[in-house]
Amino acid sequence: MNGAVATTYLESTTGRQTVTVGEQTGPIASKGVIGMACLIMAESAIFAIFVVAYLYYSGKDLSGPTPRQVLEWPILNSICLLSSSATITLALRSLRRGATKRFSVWWFVTIALGAYFLLGTGREWQHLIHDKGLTIQTNLFGTTFYSLVGLHASHVVVGLLALSIVMAFAITGLVKKEHAERVHVLGLYWHFVDVVWIVVFTVVYVIGR
Amino acid sequence: MSPAIRTGDVGGTLPLVSKAETEKSFFDSIHSWLVTVDHKKLGLMYIMYGLFFLLIAGIEATLMRIQLAFPNNHFLSPQFFNQLFTVHGTTMVFFVGMPLVFGFANYLVPLMIGARDLAFPRLNAFGFWLSALGGVLLYFSFIGGEGMAGAGSAPDIGWFAYAPLTGKAFSKGHSTDYWILGLMVSGFGSIATAANVFTTILCMRCRGMTLSKMPLLAWLNLVMSGMVLLAVSPLTAAQIMLLLDRFAGSHFFDTQAGGSATLWMHFFWIFGHPEVYILIIPAFAFASEIIPVFSRKAIFGYPAMVGATVAIGFVSVSVWAHHMFTIGMTSASNTFFAISTMMVGIPTGIKIFNWLGTMWGGKLRFDTPMLFCIAFLFQFLIAGLTGIMLGAAPFNWQLNDSYFVVAHFHFTLVGGFLTMIFAAVYYWFPKATGRRFSETLGKWHFWLFVLGFHMTFDTMHIPGILGMPRRIYTYEAGRGWGVLNLIVTLGVLFQAIGILIFVFNLLRSARKGPPAGNDPWDAWTLEWATSSPPPEFNFAEIPTVKSRRPLWDIKHPTDPDWKYE
Amino acid sequence: MISPWMYWMVALVFIQQEALAGEKTDPALVPSIFSPESAPAHAVSHLAGFVLWITGVIFVVVAGLLVYAVLRFRRRANDDGTEPAQIYGSGLVEGAWTTVPFLIVLVLTLATARVIHEVQDARKPAAALDVQVIGHQWWWEIRYPKLGIVTANELHVPVSQSSDRLPTFLELRSADVVHSFWVPRLAGKTDLIPNKVNSMWIEPERTGLFLGQCAKYCGTQHAKMLLRVYVDTREDFDRWVKEQQELAENNPSAAAGRLVFERTACINCHAVNGTVGNGRFGPDLTHLMSRATLGSGALMNSAGGLRAWIKSPERFKPGVLMPAMNLNDGDLDKLVAYLTTLK
Repeated sequence: MNGAVATTYLESTTGRQTVTVGEQTGPIASKGVIGMACLIMAESAIFAIFVVAYLYYSGKDLSGPTPRQVLEWPILNSICLLSSSATITLALRSLRRGATKRFSVWWFVTIALGAYFLLGTGREWQHLIHDKGLTIQTNLFGTTFYSLVGLHASHVVVGLLALSIVMAFAITGLVKKEHAERVHVLGLYWHFVDVVWIVVFTVVYVIGR
Repeated sequence: MSPAIRTGDVGGTLPLVSKAETEKSFFDSIHSWLVTVDHKKLGLMYIMYGLFFLLIAGIEATLMRIQLAFPNNHFLSPQFFNQLFTVHGTTMVFFVGMPLVFGFANYLVPLMIGARDLAFPRLNAFGFWLSALGGVLLYFSFIGGEGMAGAGSAPDIGWFAYAPLTGKAFSKGHSTDYWILGLMVSGFGSIATAANVFTTILCMRCRGMTLSKMPLLAWLNLVMSGMVLLAVSPLTAAQIMLLLDRFAGSHFFDTQAGGSATLWMHFFWIFGHPEVYILIIPAFAFASEIIPVFSRKAIFGYPAMVGATVAIGFVSVSVWAHHMFTIGMTSASNTFFAISTMMVGIPTGIKIFNWLGTMWGGKLRFDTPMLFCIAFLFQFLIAGLTGIMLGAAPFNWQLNDSYFVVAHFHFTLVGGFLTMIFAAVYYWFPKATGRRFSETLGKWHFWLFVLGFHMTFDTMHIPGILGMPRRIYTYEAGRGWGVLNLIVTLGVLFQAIGILIFVFNLLRSARKGPPAGNDPWDAWTLEWATSSPPPEFNFAEIPTVKSRRPLWDIKHPTDPDWKYE
Repeated sequence: MISPWMYWMVALVFIQQEALAGEKTDPALVPSIFSPESAPAHAVSHLAGFVLWITGVIFVVVAGLLVYAVLRFRRRANDDGTEPAQIYGSGLVEGAWTTVPFLIVLVLTLATARVIHEVQDARKPAAALDVQVIGHQWWWEIRYPKLGIVTANELHVPVSQSSDRLPTFLELRSADVVHSFWVPRLAGKTDLIPNKVNSMWIEPERTGLFLGQCAKYCGTQHAKMLLRVYVDTREDFDRWVKEQQELAENNPSAAAGRLVFERTACINCHAVNGTVGNGRFGPDLTHLMSRATLGSGALMNSAGGLRAWIKSPERFKPGVLMPAMNLNDGDLDKLVAYLTTLK
């Protein structure tokens, strides 16, 4: 038995590493990526249940406004949020190359797009509550709509908080090339939030109407 | 007993406890436990937490059994009885079962895969304290009585909290809210720890330990963690919905407004059924590690065991509505769930056969851990068979929500899960404490507990067959249930004495037991290569392994496993 | 050909019967699922027997092997300390003990599917009796829509003969939370779920009284939501129907009590056909004295019992939703005198 310390223990800063395991050699994903994948699995299950409830109660309202009567497609909102997936990827690429200033710019744009999405959601809700009389208490549609969209929005909020913390570090010049893997893991969360929006959008604004 | 093994190979020759540590004051000691991120300390805290609540929930059960010993008894009020069965069930699943599962995973997984800690040590601590808080929240509900500014009292909705009984209309006050919040908080802790264990197993195995060379305990904990990630979340989602119903006026389960009571049932059991597999799979893991050592043979059919576990993981998420055969689903749905339920019996049966195959041709040693394993095999066999019976939907129409079901799931959870927890505690006690426990007391515990267990739970099937439903605080005389219930109650006495002997044995041996050495059982997995208790860093040098039983290879250099695997 | 599994259960039931004698129990009232007296209960009982037989054999075989292994392969006192031959597995053996269970499961699922279909998809014959059961916390509202009858907690059905079949089809609803209708000797249980209509059927082949109770936890007094099903001969059933269809007795000597009933809060919850009482929250009292129990089985029905119940229902059924009416003794006596005329 040789005395070499297994490289799998050390926390990787480069994301990917090759390890000779027995006769095999192959890439092993970093702990951060696997851990984030676990979180995404769990969150997906939570969202799935809310989606099931939404679809199950579709059309079963006893009274009150129906989706068709009150919902308008949030096109601009969605474009912003989905573009933020692209901008965060650009930010990450810049960081991997060491272009920390460009990283900061793209990172800021990502936050701005996410914030716009939230504002847009807020405006939509205000319109629905005050002008259309739809609250979570109104009927089954109100119940499932606000909870599903709200659950997604809360995840956007948490994402933006995390992104803002990174922004603060970036502004003070503390984010460097070797942190790319950790930023990548956070980026995975943000991509997840965007994918969930595609699902929510389809279920609520396309199928549900 | 164990042949000469050079501990310098893997375990390191550093003193177990540094001088600085022994000079720590009592408060520093407590402080070190409170702020620890060490998987071993957190694992032990989880286990102690689970065992503590085992005693509490056991007392709750004893009180209920006294009330039910005679027809029309007046020992407990109906309100208190209903709170007891709710809190008993909730505690046993969430504050005994889950902490024990995560406690052992925490303690053993890094040691067995040759790692120094879990993947995310601080997340580990966070998960533990969240889970612990959940239990405190639930039990606080007892104190928050009606008079305390409407704080509510203990929940009385049953551990599966069916709607609309849990709605604001039928559950006034805050008792239900304590149930929801206690479980939601500990649920987040569970998800955190599951992600941690999952990542650790995938990313931190020592050199040479491919997936097909890692101990079965690691495999089973990998499957269990994956299941937690997918199954606990539906419960969390349903609880968020229930909270919204109770506080924001939404209508998820509000039947007066068109909401559906059966939707809660589906969501709950999508969680609830995988949950019981989450509890039993670690018990299978212990059996897969302990039985080979005391049979002196390698586990029979390692690949089949892995395959069967993965199959159980997948199939178990498709059986949930066998808890709902009586709600009026279509015959097609009932048939589907009957089939899937019986299907999941096949991989489970395979595992029992493989353990039997491990014992076959071996040289069985009947130390306390092995005694519990043997009891487990008999008891889980029976539990599985009554499960098959209950999977036959028409049979279920009679026996669902009766004492037959109560007997079945106590067979799986007490006869299966708890029995293996005892085995695991006894087996790894020397490793964790560095001391041996008293075999004599262990055997007294075993025989008393098994006697009491069968007296209670074998008998309990019969009132169910004779029409006795569950969750009733009393019953009529003249239905033929009285004598049977009395026998069931008497069995509790033996189990209680057995458990008290267990606790006494552990506490006394932890302080005064004779030293155990690294490897008191002559076992073969990596945790036995380091000192007892292991140093904080686990191994002086992370080992490289070539087979599933690295210590067998060291002890049998002319006949190593890797030649045959 | 009784498997040992069944032997053991039957033996325990026999011990039970001995104890029953001490308990002064009428064995005919024991609601055992293995004493079916109605077609669906028979179907289930036969399937259960089949399943028990198979699982019993499995138990004997596997447990037998375990016992054998424990005895045969234990380490002997004169053991030389060497390790036994290490066998890592066998594809053949794994295949065998996967295939056999699979076949067993196949047989079981076929048998199960057949009975599911037989019971659940049974077509309702034109001559069937229709009953509606509505579950409340903690009593059963029972209606015969085509006969214009409303009663509570006790179901009367006609016996069904093979030459002249007359099953009873029940529609199950709930006014509040989830309940479950379970009379083991007549059928498996079916739940009463708010916002959902379930249905089940029974076809009793013997007259007599069959006991059951609610089988889904529904709150504080779930334990005392008892059921009594009286299976009558055709003549007895027709007579019962006629009696139930009549308006409430209007005995002039009980007029004082009737006034108490109509002027106290009783009528908020209770109905008596022919009076102003039209409350639906509690049981219909039009033919109160035709029922054997009060409070859905909390106590037997008698003048004395009725008086005690009205004075303090909480005493018999703690948590019950009927409040103590706080009548003075005079009013209470008059009220009871009136109610006891409602046969």
